Formats: sequence, structure tokens, C-alpha cells
Amino acid sequence: MSGDGATAMVEVRGVHKRFGRLEVLRGIDLDVRPGTVTVVLGPSGSGKSTLLRAVNHLEKLDQGYVRVDGELIGYRRVGDKLRELPEREVLKQRTRLGFVFQNFNLFPHLTVLENLVEAPVGALGVPKEQARARALELLERVGLADKAAEYPRRLSGGQQQRVAIARALALEPKVLLFDEPTSALDPELVGEVLDVIKDLARTGTTMIVVTHEIGFAREVADTVVFMDGGVVVEQGPPAQVLDDPQHERTRAFLAKVL
Amino acid sequence: MTAVTPEQALPLRQPADSVEGLTIVPHRRPWRLVAGLAALVLAAQFLHGLAVNPGWDWPTFRAFVFSDSILRAVGVTLQLTAYGTVLGFALGAVIAALRLSGSPILRTIAWTYVWAFRSIPLIVQLVFWFNLAYLYKRIGIGIPFGPTFASFGTMDLLGALGAAVLGLALHQAAYAAEIIRGGVLAVDAGQLEAAAALGIPKFRQAWRIVLPQAMRGILPNAANEVISLFKGTSIVYVMAIGELFYQVQVIYGRTGRVVPLLMVATVWYVLLTTALSLVQYYVERYFARGSERHAPPTPWQRLRATVTEIKEKRA
Repeated sequence: MSGDGATAMVEVRGVHKRFGRLEVLRGIDLDVRPGTVTVVLGPSGSGKSTLLRAVNHLEKLDQGYVRVDGELIGYRRVGDKLRELPEREVLKQRTRLGFVFQNFNLFPHLTVLENLVEAPVGALGVPKEQARARALELLERVGLADKAAEYPRRLSGGQQQRVAIARALALEPKVLLFDEPTSALDPELVGEVLDVIKDLARTGTTMIVVTHEIGFAREVADTVVFMDGGVVVEQGPPAQVLDDPQHERTRAFLAKVL
Repeated sequence: MTAVTPEQALPLRQPADSVEGLTIVPHRRPWRLVAGLAALVLAAQFLHGLAVNPGWDWPTFRAFVFSDSILRAVGVTLQLTAYGTVLGFALGAVIAALRLSGSPILRTIAWTYVWAFRSIPLIVQLVFWFNLAYLYKRIGIGIPFGPTFASFGTMDLLGALGAAVLGLALHQAAYAAEIIRGGVLAVDAGQLEAAAALGIPKFRQAWRIVLPQAMRGILPNAANEVISLFKGTSIVYVMAIGELFYQVQVIYGRTGRVVPLLMVATVWYVLLTTALSLVQYYVERYFARGSERHAPPTPWQRLRATVTEIKEKRA
């Protein structure tokens, strides 16, 4: 099932990433099949956020490659060299990948609707009216249609993150990447954001979610990936990784968070 | 040691039903009133002096404040300010962009520009530009170190006013560059990351996402610069350009009425600075959208609110 790049929506192969002397990713291999949810767990500093950022080339790679739907991300193969693409090309590739940040990073000077319209109009050249109509549909979907004219700072953290998810969806990406989407939220607001992500999972959106929410992983994930020290320690269905972990490090981590 | 019962600890505790009979009295501050009155007396004394001291010579002030020559001079001052601001900030934006660029060569050039123009006193620079023709009699367009296609006499091209505008703009650009750079650096890095993750093109990232947010940091400092440039234009009197301060000196040189003519200049500077401050207030308010839970009231809204409040109190 795994290991065959042809059927994978996201294919990560031998990825290394170094910050100065610290090697954060030390050879990552990962396949994400279309329409599945992959949840990445691991202690802080294990490299899970860096991996996610490497997938849409927010981090450059030192070795290895990432392919999304068969296309190399951030690089172009010339013979046996991977040449970094010009920024214009990378930006174009990123419109096919939705990214949701821990701190939402909504544009505070634009209204909720303008936040959703900005990228489709500015990056894809979608006509304004069409982008607006689509944005309102998406706001409806995350339950915030009545907030279209508000500025982001007037919303609660949970609402802001739902807007950020709608903003990522506005580009109709092939894959959604979530970087600890609920870590900056008050506990009572976590549920509403997870509900939106669960709803997306049911409709067959391909997603990689970096999170600390074990319950969410158990409920939604098709594959759970446990990372530590810049490597994938083990991966598999939640029942296997969460309930019957094979590695000591996984067991130790789960004992701490459960 | 005996135990203290709650009743003993709170001997003044009253039954709950008497709470409504208690009145809250704010702390009184009599000295605040005394200090305020004393300040009012001093201010009244000053205003009285302005009105009755014949030295101020208000009839002369009235004769000149709206005279043609003064109005024309105010026009020149405004013109110098406008050109200096527009050209200075345009060049400043370019230099700020160079200083923030990834190229070490461009960064160094921009840094050197800022270093040089902040180091040279404005007045020295102005006199230097005024004497540019001594250094380069003709200015030409052509290939660097190669042939020249067209050339012009330096002073024909520049003129005194042109030299003044050039000097003010180049000087202003060095400060504007640092102000703009500061504003851009203050924008949260997450904003650029979000824009990059959404695939928004580079130029649009700068224009739609970064600059509008940087404006909040840029504006107060930029307004300071515009106002100080506005008053600073008086320095070009050294080039015998007929701006406000030069014109006032010409008139009091002729009539000997120094104080009322300085008052003419002062009143114009104060009036126009006030106008600039008002513009600043509203522009800042525009760029603050989305940043606070509620926008602060404008002075006009505040005034109306106070009037309504007083009316309601009376009713």
C-alpha cells in the first residue's frame, strides 16, 4: 500500500533539513494517499512543523524532495540536480496547497471577506465577483457567513482560525496542511475548529495535520505518524500507533500526553 | 491566644438591607483646582500683554498678513514642502526597498546614501547644490563613460528653486528611507509567511499586505518629517528664494518692523502646521482600520458627544 509514489498525493522522500548545526529533519519518508487524513504527532522539537513547512517550500530542503500530485515542489530536476525554482514559480505551486498556521495570520487590515478574496484574485486572477461568491459559500460552510464584513481582530480565536481555514480553502487546494491549528486557542474554542476539520475530512479532503490532540487523531486520522528527533519513528492506522505502539519512544510520548 | 470570630473582625458590618442607604463620595482634590486657577492667571496675563503691549504693533501685522507678497511667499513655502515631501518619500521608499533587499551590494549602496545625507547639514548641502554649476557646467544624457547624446547648462536645468527642491528632497529621502524601513520591519513576519503560503505575487504582497500595515508605524514619524520640512524650508532663505521667512526678512529690512512681521510668519507657520496635523489625524485613523476593537472618535464626534452629554445633564 505505502511506498508507491504513483498513488500518493503527497510524497516525501529522504528529506533532510538543517538549521545551522542543528539537523531538524534527518531523512523523512512519507506518503499521503489522496482523500486521507495524516496526523503527525511528536514532542516539541521533533521536526513535525518543519516537515509541514517543507511540504509547501516555506523551508528549503538540504536533501531529498517533496512531490505533490506528481509535481516536484520548489525544485526542478535537471539531470541529477534539483534546481530551486524562481520565487514566482514557487508561489504558483503554493496556490495548490492550503496552509493553516498556529497563529492564524489573518490580514488584520482586511475584512474577513477580503481575507478570503485576496489570494484567488491576486494569485489566480479569479474575477472579483466570482471570488466573493465563493468566499461567502466557504464562510457559510465554517459557520461564519454573518462575519463577512468584520475585521479579524473582532473575532474570537476559534472564529479567526475558522476564517483562516476558509481562506486556505478559497484556493481550492489539492492538499490542506495544518500546523498545530488549535495550539493557540483557549480550551473551550478548540472543539469548534476541530469540528470544521473533521467536516473537511468527511468530504474527502487530503490533509496533513500537525497537532497535540490525540483524541482528534484517533477519531479522524487514516494514518498517524509519530516523529521524534527528526525521524519518523513509526506510522500506521491510529489503532496500531496509539493503542499498540511498537517503539519505546512512542510509548513514552503517549504516556505523557494521554 | 483567642480565636477571632468574623463578627469581631468586622465590627462595622451592617445588615445587608442597609446597603442602598450608603452614598459613595469620590476623593476631593482641592489643590488641583488651585493649580489650575494659577495657570489660568498666568495665561491671562500673557494674552493681556499680547493685546495691550504696543510693541506687537498689530496694525502692521494686519497690513501685511494677507498682502500679496506674503501670500505669494506662503505659496512658495507650500510648493517647496510639497515637492520635498513627494520626491523625498518616493526616493526614500526606493532606498528603503534597497536596504531590505537580498543583495548585499544594493544594501550597502542604500546604507551609504543614508549615512552620507544624514551626515551633511542641510544648509551645507543646499549651498553646494546652488553652486553645482561650478563643478559641472553642463549635464548630459548618454552612455556612462561613453558618448553623450544631449547636454544642458546646469543652471538652466536647475535654477535656484530647482536646486532647493533637489537639496530638500535628497535630504528628506535619507530620513524617509529609515522611517519606511522601520515601519516595514514592524509588520509581523507571520503576515509575509501567510501571503507567501497563499501564493500571492511578490509585488502584491508588498503593496496589499505589508505596506498598509507598515503605514501605522510610518505615519506618525512621516508627519513629523513633513511638518519639520515645512518649517525647515525657511532655511532656503540662504539661496534668496522668496519663501515665507525670506519675504518677511525683506519686508522688515525695508520697514524696520521686525516683531509684527515675525508674527506674520509665525501665524502662517502655526496655521498650516495645524492643518497638516488634522490631515495626519484622519489619515492615521484610516490606516488603523481593523486594528482596534472600536475606532476612536474624531475630534468632531467627541465635541458632539460632549454637547449631547451636557444637554442631557441639564434635562
